[in-house]
Amino acid sequence: MKLLWSTPLPGVLVTILAYAICLRIQRRARGHAFANPVAWAIALLVVLLAVTKLPYATYFASARLLHFLLGPATVALAVPLARELPRLRRLLWPIVAGLLAGNLSAACSAIFLAKVLGASRSVTLSLAPKSVTTPIAMGISEKIGGLPSLTAVLVITTGVIGAVLGPWFLDCLGIDDPTFRGTAMGVSAHGLGTASIYQESSEAGAFSGLAMGLSGLITALMLPGLVKFFGL
Amino acid sequence: MLVGAAILLAFQLGADWLATRFHLPLSGPVLGMAALTVALAAWGRTLLALTKVSNVLLKAMPLFFIPAGVGVIVLSDQLRAAWLPIAASLLGSTLVALAATAMVMKGVAKLLARARPGSKPSP
Repeated sequence: MKLLWSTPLPGVLVTILAYAICLRIQRRARGHAFANPVAWAIALLVVLLAVTKLPYATYFASARLLHFLLGPATVALAVPLARELPRLRRLLWPIVAGLLAGNLSAACSAIFLAKVLGASRSVTLSLAPKSVTTPIAMGISEKIGGLPSLTAVLVITTGVIGAVLGPWFLDCLGIDDPTFRGTAMGVSAHGLGTASIYQESSEAGAFSGLAMGLSGLITALMLPGLVKFFGL
Repeated sequence: MLVGAAILLAFQLGADWLATRFHLPLSGPVLGMAALTVALAAWGRTLLALTKVSNVLLKAMPLFFIPAGVGVIVLSDQLRAAWLPIAASLLGSTLVALAATAMVMKGVAKLLARARPGSKPSP
């Protein structure tokens, strides 16, 4: 058993199986937002690991191949992005305004809610950059005095929340334009939101990828000043 | 497909190196995405091998988040002690950011369309 888990086979296999099962369920649920396959596959694997008492580190080492592909997939967002450039140029100012509003409100509301509800300084600072993509968020967290490992968990959880609730919430707000939907998902739920909204349309995925990248930059530049403003 | 895969990996590798070397506030993949977008726009054509491999990767992208996501199982003590502020902050700020981004973007697009009555209104 131990020997088997030292190869990529079992980790990659159970992850693909869990995802395939949850994709099926989503199709059964006629694509209902709450049947988000990533969220349910994660839940399924958490239960599996808990029941079999398999250490997370062992599972992750075996499934690392899939994790690695996140990098090239992110770079691949350049293809739909380049295709959408003419439209993007036309929407330049709405995008700039939306990105600034989204990043500022994400960080402020995260810090405010954590502070009001009595989170410690280090937890609050770890929460502040949670809307941006993991490696950038961990770097910011370290710089402002948070805990990078805690930030990593919070970033992924944010992505799951955004992927599950985002499309539904945008429906509630009456936002049906794919460019607005994509940008909002990229700002609030980074790569996971982008991967989810790409399944809706490649156009929304392109705007989401752009928003994710620029949000990483904006939040990295903005947060140190914002933390001082909140007196943390 | 192979040429496309090589291009993706080369851009990620180059961007990774740049980001580390110059301590940029961007991650390798994000910087690689930006660089490849600029390169494709400058080139002004589409490369079938790249489009093909990109479509495959993007279609499967949600799957690639699962191994990291299962990491929530390793709950730190901090997470357990402060679950209420953390949950409220994550949920509240995600919804606030979604609404703020989409509404502001929509509003500004509408304003611009009104300011330029001659031009085609933004979608």
